[in-house]
Amino acid sequence: MSAPTYDLGKLHGGLRLAAHKQESTASAITDIPLPAQLMLPLQQHAGEPAQPVVSIGDRVLKGQVVAEPDGEMGAPVHASSSGTVVAIEQWPVSRRFGDKAPCIIVATDGHDEAFPPWSSGDYRAMPPADLLLRILDGGIVGLGGAVFPTAQKLMQARAMQADYLILNGVECEPYISCDDMLMQQHAGEIVGGAQVLMHALCIDACLIVVESDKPEAIRRLGEELAAASDERVTLKQVPTIYPSGGEDQLVQLVTNREVPSGGLPTDVGCVVQNVGTAAAVYDWIVRGEPLISRITTVTGDGVASPVNVRARIGTTVADVIDGAGGYRDNPRHLVIGGPMTGKAVSTDEVPIVKASNCILVLNDAPQAGTELACVRCGECAAVCPVQLQPQQLHWYACADDEHKLREFGLIDCIECGCCDLVCPSHIPLTADFRVAKGRIRELADEKARAERARQRFEARNERLEREHAERNAELAQQKETAKAAGPAAIAEILARKRGDKNEDDGA
Amino acid sequence: MRFERRDAPHWAPRVDVASMMLQVLGALVPAAIVHVWYFGPGLVFNLLVAAIFAVAGEALMMWARGRQPEAALRDYSALVIAALLAFALPSLTPWWVTATGALFAVVVAKHLYGGLGFNIFNPAMAGYVVILVAFPMHLNLWVGPRMGDIDYQHLTIVQTLAFTLTGNLPDALTFDAVARATPLDVMKTGLNNMATTVEIRANPIMGDFGGRGWEWIGNFLAIGGAWLLIRKIIRWQIPVGVGLGLLGPATLMYLVDPGANPSPGFHLFAGATILCAFFIATDPVSAATSPKGRLIYGLGIGLLIYCIRTWGSYADGVAFAVLIMNMAVPAIDRFTRPRIVGHAEESVNRG
Repeated sequence: MSAPTYDLGKLHGGLRLAAHKQESTASAITDIPLPAQLMLPLQQHAGEPAQPVVSIGDRVLKGQVVAEPDGEMGAPVHASSSGTVVAIEQWPVSRRFGDKAPCIIVATDGHDEAFPPWSSGDYRAMPPADLLLRILDGGIVGLGGAVFPTAQKLMQARAMQADYLILNGVECEPYISCDDMLMQQHAGEIVGGAQVLMHALCIDACLIVVESDKPEAIRRLGEELAAASDERVTLKQVPTIYPSGGEDQLVQLVTNREVPSGGLPTDVGCVVQNVGTAAAVYDWIVRGEPLISRITTVTGDGVASPVNVRARIGTTVADVIDGAGGYRDNPRHLVIGGPMTGKAVSTDEVPIVKASNCILVLNDAPQAGTELACVRCGECAAVCPVQLQPQQLHWYACADDEHKLREFGLIDCIECGCCDLVCPSHIPLTADFRVAKGRIRELADEKARAERARQRFEARNERLEREHAERNAELAQQKETAKAAGPAAIAEILARKRGDKNEDDGA
Repeated sequence: MRFERRDAPHWAPRVDVASMMLQVLGALVPAAIVHVWYFGPGLVFNLLVAAIFAVAGEALMMWARGRQPEAALRDYSALVIAALLAFALPSLTPWWVTATGALFAVVVAKHLYGGLGFNIFNPAMAGYVVILVAFPMHLNLWVGPRMGDIDYQHLTIVQTLAFTLTGNLPDALTFDAVARATPLDVMKTGLNNMATTVEIRANPIMGDFGGRGWEWIGNFLAIGGAWLLIRKIIRWQIPVGVGLGLLGPATLMYLVDPGANPSPGFHLFAGATILCAFFIATDPVSAATSPKGRLIYGLGIGLLIYCIRTWGSYADGVAFAVLIMNMAVPAIDRFTRPRIVGHAEESVNRG
């Protein structure tokens, strides 16, 4: 394969937002002390929840698998420290639908005793297919927030023969700086992870993309790349515009290839991984440590000292904030994720999961004024990175017009929130679109269900008809046979039938 | 610890309708001052009358529709309608004329169509056209512009106010003494009488390009418009469209026969061209919604203004041009949808 040339594309719209990152990047990553209890949700990835393979009372070790993936899409869950399984029950979590989810609760014993680490020797000696299966065992999922199981994504990319590996270090959402700090302090792991991923994918072109407002991260990555002297890896800066770190947006930005509607980056030959994911792959494949901790940004005006922390998966937000210096003033909102796409939760009992890149605590609610009718100013369309017309979608969402919503690309909405920020009428567009999407999905499900029911009904009718016809044919056949045998035979049959009847009566 | 929940994004919106409307009003202030300098204090009285009736009409309709009247008044959109209407009227306009326009604009064109965000037609222009049809002679009462080299009858503030309130001039004055034909009228009448543009332009009221006073009001409207562009309250597509649509054919015709066709400079500065380009046609509610659509919408308005001025019976054609293009908006929107990222070009616009 020839050396890749990167054709730069342009992102439509987007916003320049106040970064609010310097608050949390002033000091180094700190470790959160081991909590007394770890809440390990069974579902920390896209796909089906994992199935527990431990029971209450079991002793588990750090890095031991406690839940195995179920079905094709999924990832195992590992115990983040040693201790005893005390419960497997519903616990508050941060996720899109529902407030609680089944978790394995582990009371830690403080020894932090590790499961015997796996050692493969040099991964470069492994066949790529085996390496992919190995990555699956590490419980690694996309750490940028979408938590797509990494192994499945890589397998898909292998099948589609992707030619670019893109490591996403853009981190365009305000306040979040965990990737920035990772790049500053662990650039070597990222470069190493890129090499593992390239080997697994049989790709020899990797692009590490970083937003221009992270000079220190760029410098450190540059040093590591120079030290590794791996010509396959290129470092690329992109301008600081939200949401250039969206997966499809990033592909468009650095390769000028558009991911087709409803498709994946692999459809245009790209596979995108977050830099944190690459480092996690390195930690697992080279060091033998599965994904049991992650770097999280603790920030916002509601925390005493904004900082990046490394916390064990399963540590509650309350414990993390405690370990990071505590709350300040009267925090009103707790957001898991960034200010644009993060989810507000009602309690700090939710655990840190693989997706938790940021804990944002806000004292004051960002006050949107009274909602007015849309004045069709079109600013929402001007900033939409997917070039949708939110002003039109808004109308069709109000009218619940499924056909028009599809036609105007509601499904393509990436829910970045840009339209909300520029709407002079303060319409909660993103939230409305989220609801409308759910509604469309529901309708599609309903339709599918109705279709399945119709098919079942028709199949049953067909079967009944067929059976009926077969029976008739059989009877006709019998009649024919009897006729052919002549009157004597018929009399004999009738006599036998009468005999049967008499026997019945006698009994 | 417990927290309040709300939907993402957790970030305050950057703009609101009220501040946009206030900025539009602010952008009109320099031109208003120039207007008063050249044509006397009439504009101020017209503004007051229009504002009172527009706001009263808005409050009444909100009450009638079972909503909070003060909620609608807080967005200042009624004041913008009033200001645009007042700018379109001659400085000497009796209050009932202005009131009719303002009430029609707010009550019928805006609220009967569903209020802010739902009106199909530009309310100020709908109100203006109603006046044009109901009180045609009143829209000709333009006083002469202030100028050193020709005499003009100066009306005092009190006299102007008295006219606004009663529709009567002071006893000693006649309409002929104070009123002047507008440059657009002079041009139209002159051309109809087979005069050449050079002869017509000899009239000192014609100014350098588009008429004494008018061209300076135009300059300051353009400054206000430029400020709105910088503030991103409006985008460039509609002003540029109106300009190209009007000046394109005007330039062409002028090059073909400069004697029988006024110059593009005249078309630009005379009448309400610049007011239309930056303030009237840019009303987002009744305009096309995509960037390409807005360019087409503006082009259509400019072209229609040219046609009405050149071949129509009205001297200016801004109001009709805008209202006609308002009707074309659904069609324009349908055929100018942007291609959604990730979709093939041909799958869009199939409607």
